[in-house]
Amino acid sequence: MPTTHRKAAAIGLTALLLAGTAIPAGAETLRWARAGDALTLDPHAQNENPTVTLSHQIMEPLVIRDQNAEIVPALATEWAVSDDDPNVWIFKLREGVKFHDGADFTASDAKFSLDRARGPNSNFKELLASIKEVRAPDDLTLEIETDGPNPIMPANLTNLFMMDQQWAEANNATEVQDYAAGEDTFAAKNANGTGPYKLVSREPDVRTVLEVNEDYWGKDEYPLEVTRIEYTPIQNAATRVAALLSGEVDFIQDVPVQDLGRVGQTAGLEVRSRPQNRSIFFGLQSGAEDIASDNIDGRNPLASKEVRQAMNLAINRDAIRQVVMRDQSVPSGVIAPPLVNGWTEELDKLPEGTIEDARALMEQAGYGDGFSIRLDCPNDRYVNDEAICQAVVGMMAQIGIDVNLDAKPKAQYFPLITSGNGETDFYMVGWGVPTFDSEYIFNFLVHSRDGDYGSWNATGFSDPELDAKIESLASNTDIEARDAAIREIWDRVQDEVLYLPLHNQVLNWGLKDSVVAEVDPEDAPKFKTFRLN
Amino acid sequence: MIDTRPEDATPGAQDIGAPDAPRETSAEALAGPRGRLGRAWDSDLAWSFRHSPTALISAGLVLLLVLGAVLAPWVAPHDPFDPGTLNLLNGFTPPLEPNAFTGDTFLLGTDDQGRDVFSTILYGMRVSLFVGVSAVALAMLIGIALGLVAGYAGGVLDAVIMRIADVQLTFPAILVAMLIFGLAKGIIPVQFRDQVAIWVLILAIGLSDWVQFARVVRSATMVERGKEYVQAAQLIGRSGGAIMLRHILPNVLSPVLVIATISLALAIIAEATLSFLGVGAPPTQPSLGTLIRIGQGYLFSGEWWILAFPALTLLVLALAVNLLGDWLRDALNPRLR
Repeated sequence: MPTTHRKAAAIGLTALLLAGTAIPAGAETLRWARAGDALTLDPHAQNENPTVTLSHQIMEPLVIRDQNAEIVPALATEWAVSDDDPNVWIFKLREGVKFHDGADFTASDAKFSLDRARGPNSNFKELLASIKEVRAPDDLTLEIETDGPNPIMPANLTNLFMMDQQWAEANNATEVQDYAAGEDTFAAKNANGTGPYKLVSREPDVRTVLEVNEDYWGKDEYPLEVTRIEYTPIQNAATRVAALLSGEVDFIQDVPVQDLGRVGQTAGLEVRSRPQNRSIFFGLQSGAEDIASDNIDGRNPLASKEVRQAMNLAINRDAIRQVVMRDQSVPSGVIAPPLVNGWTEELDKLPEGTIEDARALMEQAGYGDGFSIRLDCPNDRYVNDEAICQAVVGMMAQIGIDVNLDAKPKAQYFPLITSGNGETDFYMVGWGVPTFDSEYIFNFLVHSRDGDYGSWNATGFSDPELDAKIESLASNTDIEARDAAIREIWDRVQDEVLYLPLHNQVLNWGLKDSVVAEVDPEDAPKFKTFRLN
Repeated sequence: MIDTRPEDATPGAQDIGAPDAPRETSAEALAGPRGRLGRAWDSDLAWSFRHSPTALISAGLVLLLVLGAVLAPWVAPHDPFDPGTLNLLNGFTPPLEPNAFTGDTFLLGTDDQGRDVFSTILYGMRVSLFVGVSAVALAMLIGIALGLVAGYAGGVLDAVIMRIADVQLTFPAILVAMLIFGLAKGIIPVQFRDQVAIWVLILAIGLSDWVQFARVVRSATMVERGKEYVQAAQLIGRSGGAIMLRHILPNVLSPVLVIATISLALAIIAEATLSFLGVGAPPTQPSLGTLIRIGQGYLFSGEWWILAFPALTLLVLALAVNLLGDWLRDALNPRLR
C-alpha cells in the first residue's frame, strides 16, 4: 500500500511540476534586464519609461510610434479631424480585437480609458488637458472633442493605454491608483490588455513573466518571434553586465557606459546605440518662500535668479560628458532634446562664464558665504544618475554650496517630485518627449502645478500669463504662430533659469547577436517587433 | 590590540591597588600599570609576544594602518571628504600614470569622481576603524554588563537575559544591523542622515554583536562566583555591584579581550558589508566598504585599481587584527602554552 501511495504521489508531483514549467512547443524566451522595474501596472498612474515600456507589451494605445518615431495604427486604424467640426478628432477602431480575458475591445472601452486617464491621480492628464469630451457613437468609432482645434492630438495618445471597462469595474479599478500616496490597487498588480503579451506572473522588483497572446490581432503583421519574456530588474550595473556576459540574460536595455567596450568586444554580444529623445536636468524649488532642506531660515536661496545662474554656470557639463558619461552624452543648454519641435541650436548653447563669474553671482545674490541644501537623486533610473549627482556635489562646493546627496531607488524617489508637497528642493529629472513637441515639456514641467497641468513641475514656479500661453498651444493650428509662442515660452524658461539642463542621453542596448532589434527612439522596446536568429 | 589596550583595560587598572582582588598573571600583565612596565615586559604575555613572528608582524601592520588612518589629514595628499577640492576631470586615472586632461599623477590612481584612491583609503580607514572600535566598545559594554548581571544574579534574571541573547543569536548579525539601520533611516529626518549615518552604523553593529560577550562573561562569572574570594567579599558585606565590578570583572576580562580583538576584525568587515550594500557610510564620506562598492562597478571595464586597493587594505587590516586575536587567545590559554 505505501508503495502505491508513494507512486501516486510521485506521479501527481511530476504532473504538477510539468504543469508548472509547461512551455508551449517552440517557445522562444527572451530574458530581459534593465536597471529598474516598472513602478506599477496601472497604465495611467506613472508616466515613466520603465512603467510605460512594460505596459506596451501587455496593453496598447490607439496609435503608436514605430522604430522611426512615426505614428502608426495600433488599436485605431484610421484617424482624422472631423469634416464638420475642426475641434473633433475621429478615430476608427480596429475590428475583432479582444482583451486577454476574451472580452471585445470597443469604443466604450476606449472612452472609459481616456476618461480614466483624464481623472484624478492620473499622471497623463497633461496630455489630455485640452479634451472637452470623449464620445463613442458606435462600437468602432471614437470621437474626441477638444477646446479648440488640437493638431497634435494623435501624438498625445501614443502612450495612453486602453483598458477593459468591465474588468476595471469588476476589480474596483475605475480610478487611477494614487501612486505618490502609496496606494495599492488591483490594477497596479494585474493587467488585462489587448497587447501581444499576457502577464503570467509578477513580483515587483524581482521578476515579471509574460507569454505571447495567441489571439493577438497583429500576429500576421508583426514577427512575434519572442513568445515568452522574462523581465528581471538588476539595479547594480556590474551585476547587470555580468548577467549579459554570462548568458544569464539575452538583452540589457542599459549597458553601463564604462562597459560598452567590454560588451561590444565579447563574442556573441552586440551593443546597439542611438541618441535618445531625453534630456537630463536638475530642478530647483524657486517658487517657495522658504525651503526645508537648506540651512538658511526664512529665505529661499533658490528664489534668487543669480543663485540659479551661478549653479547653472558651476555645472561642468563637459567634464561630466568626458568622465562620468564617457562621451555617451551630448551636453545641453536647454531641457529639450534636438528631436523636439521648438528646439534650436541657440537655445541649446551652454551657459557661458567661468567659475569666478559664478562665485561673483553668488556674492551679488548675498550668498557669498554659500549655503547648504539637499540634492535628491534616483540611483536606478538614468545612465550613471548617482555618479552624476555626486559630481555635481563637487561642482556646487566650488561656489560655496554645500550639497547633501540623497540617492534612492526611483520607486521612492519619484513621489518626492510628483506628490506636490514640496518634498524636494533640488532634484534630478530625465524627461523624454513622446510627442516630439515642446508643448509636452511645458505642460508637465513649466505650467504651474494645478489639477490638470504641471504634475512633474516641482519648481514652485507659477506665472498665470505663461500658463495661458502654454494652454493656448494645444489649439493653435497656425503652425508659425504656434512655433513663435513656443519660442517665447522657451526664452522665458531660459531667462528664469527654471531648470539646470545637463545633457541628452545616448541609448545603449546590449543584445545577444541572435536577437535582432532596432533601438527604439523612446527606449521602449516593443518585443513584438523583435526577431530571433 | 596595542591601540585599544589603555581604554579596554581601564577598569582593571584601577583595581590593581585593591588588596582583596586576587589576580592571575596574565590579567595583571594585561592591566600593565605604568609603574610596573618592567614586570609587564617580563610577563608571559609580553614574552610570548616578543617570540611570536605572527604577532609581531600583524601588530606592526595594524600599527601602520592605524597610524595612516589617524594621521590621514597630514599624510594624505588630498582631502577626499571635501568635494570642493575634487576635479572631476581627474576621474579614472590609473595608478602612477598622468591624467589625460589635467596631467596629474596619483600613487594609486583615482576613482570615478576624481578622488585620489590613496587618500580615500586613508580617510576611509578612519571611518572603518572608528566604526569598528566604537561598535566593539559598545558591544563590550552591553555584553559585559548583561553577562555579569546574568552570571552573578542567576535565576530569573539570568534566564531572561540569556533567552534574549538566544533569540538574537538566531538572527544573523548583519541582518540585525540592517534592521536597526533601516529603522533609523525611517526615524531620522533626511537632512541629518549624513551626519548621523556613522553613529547609526556603530549602534547597528554594536547592538548586533553584544551576545558573545555576554555569554563568555556570564559563564566566567558563574565560575568566579563560587570562589572563596567572592564569598569573602560577600561576607564582609560588599554590595553586589561592587563585587561584580571590582572583584569578578578583572578576573573575567582576559577572554573578553580575545573576543574583542576578533570582534574588531568582524566589526570592520560588517561595516564594509553594510557600506557595500549601500546602507552604511554615505557616498560623500566613503569608508572602505563604500570604496569597494564604487569600484565593483568598474571591474569589467578594466579600472581595477578602484576596487583592488581598498579591498587589499580591508583584507590586510582584518587579517592582521584577526591574527593578533588568535595569538592573544593562544597566549592567554595556559593549556596551549
